Amino acid sequence: MTPAGAAKTADRAPAGIPAARRARPLWLWAPAGTVALCVSVAVAVTIGPADIDVADVWSVIAAHLGVGTTAGDVSPLRDGIVWDLRLPRTLLAAACGAGLAVCGAVLQSLLRNPLADPFVLGVSSGASTGAVLVVVLGVGGGALSVSGGAFLGAVCSFALVMLLSHSLGGTTDRVVLAGVAAMQLFSSLTSFVVLTAADAETTRGVLFWLLGSLGGAGWPDVWTGAAALVLALAVCLGHARTLDAFAFGQDAAATLGVHVVRTRLVLLCVTALLTAVLVASAGAIGFVGLVLPHAVRALTGPGHARLLPVCALAGAVFLVWVDTLARTVLEPKEVPVGVVTSLIGVPAFVLVLYRTRRPR
Amino acid sequence: MTLNAERVSRAAGGRLILDGVDLSPGPGATTGLLGPNGSGKSTLLRLLAGVLAPASGVVTLDGRPLDRVGRRDVARRVAVVEQQADTQVELTVRDVVRLGRIPHRRPWTPASAADEEAVTDALGRTRLTAQADRLWHTLSGGERQRVQIARALAQQPRELLLDEPTNHLDLRHQLDVLALVAALPVTSVVALHDLNLAAMYCDHLVVLSEGRVVARGEPAEVLTAGLVAEVYRVHAEVTRTGPAARPHVRFLGTLPD
Repeated sequence: MTPAGAAKTADRAPAGIPAARRARPLWLWAPAGTVALCVSVAVAVTIGPADIDVADVWSVIAAHLGVGTTAGDVSPLRDGIVWDLRLPRTLLAAACGAGLAVCGAVLQSLLRNPLADPFVLGVSSGASTGAVLVVVLGVGGGALSVSGGAFLGAVCSFALVMLLSHSLGGTTDRVVLAGVAAMQLFSSLTSFVVLTAADAETTRGVLFWLLGSLGGAGWPDVWTGAAALVLALAVCLGHARTLDAFAFGQDAAATLGVHVVRTRLVLLCVTALLTAVLVASAGAIGFVGLVLPHAVRALTGPGHARLLPVCALAGAVFLVWVDTLARTVLEPKEVPVGVVTSLIGVPAFVLVLYRTRRPR
Repeated sequence: MTLNAERVSRAAGGRLILDGVDLSPGPGATTGLLGPNGSGKSTLLRLLAGVLAPASGVVTLDGRPLDRVGRRDVARRVAVVEQQADTQVELTVRDVVRLGRIPHRRPWTPASAADEEAVTDALGRTRLTAQADRLWHTLSGGERQRVQIARALAQQPRELLLDEPTNHLDLRHQLDVLALVAALPVTSVVALHDLNLAAMYCDHLVVLSEGRVVARGEPAEVLTAGLVAEVYRVHAEVTRTGPAARPHVRFLGTLPD
């Protein structure tokens, strides 16, 4: 071969680099995920410390949904355990998992940062400060619930981040840096309040909440969570193509017809609000929003029209099972769900990264 | 009718980057934008793309000011190839080219047959059909530039703006990219550093220096030893022995500032 010929071929990709994994179509993932989610919820509600028969669990649920006969043979206590504790908790787990995973996926694309998660805008730390102010210092004088305080704290923190990032120049890295600043500020405030004003018992309760727990779930949490999730999911799916356009950065998105400033504002607000609602009822459940989008992307490919629905389903199934584990593994003690998400999530994350690593 | 810039100015950090520049690229022709670093080439392209707004003056598309034409409508007409596009996202060549269909699609609707046809056509015209399933990060610089041009073609633009598309490419890929652009039936504006490539492939040249147009016209009129000395402070010799008597610039050394 002549030197000229050698130089010519050297520029070509070496043989043996695989073509991209073909993304499987949505019609395959969506029904499979939906079935998996229904089965997960149906099975998860039958698991718990109270020894209730599987058939009894489902007859209680059927009776409440008005499709079965009134479960006369199930005691009111057991009825309450299933209908007022286990089912809302399982459904809230599904809503949280779905919401956090979708928010993570959207923020990672929008901010072009693989480390972005739903809490990157400081929402979770703001929420914890709000919750702590209510629990420890009694701010609101009883008119404000813990969730209410957390939601207000989250909104304040998000507003601060938007204001900061806007006055700092408004580029994506400034948004992330403003988020980091807010996170630090509010975590310090939380620690300050807890360590100076709370007794040991309150500190333990607050810590549990900070790590994320679905233990306090009730039907109102489920309804607000589900409503926020449906709304946010609709907005994000409507922007699926727009999010694809951000792959090569903001300027490239702008030349593809995207209103960069407007899109960013809408999506940041929607994801922050959903996160605030979820954090207010379940605490800051970490890792789901950071890891699941990466894992799902490895399965579906990067297109958001496919990625976002599958993220929602995968997040929901994941958190339903993680929470089931969290409340049963040390029965009758409970492990904060956020601890379990990380303990399971980190090895899974490493495995996903390993399998999708790029040839050097 | 096409893109037009009328007396556009733009300042950054208290310095005028562009100072009353007119540009009216010939429909269907390839216009080369020349000038040293910092002469305002990139800024002018960004104004033409509507990514930046002029501080004074106006950019029009078919006679309408660009800011009155919707962003999506602009993107269906004007496609941009950036200097060095890169992404962290795991995209295949076909995925990247499909991005070009975004301005043509409505939310909540799947890709139409016309979308897929435009993508296939763009891949074919850039000779990338066989590479369609390769991942972006496995491509060489020249291939990436071709993929970006394919993405721009998938937008089915009538105007194409390219910012130094031959940067960091080897000789063969430089010629390859410019020959492709020159043969396209669209109005293109290309910022270039290489005077000889500009002479070979452009129908019309505009030379910027410190934000002003210092020369414009056909390559043979514009590229003279005097202009190269004045604009670049380089001593050069220009001959007309190239194909179709296009000028050829031979550099002899720098001149004192």
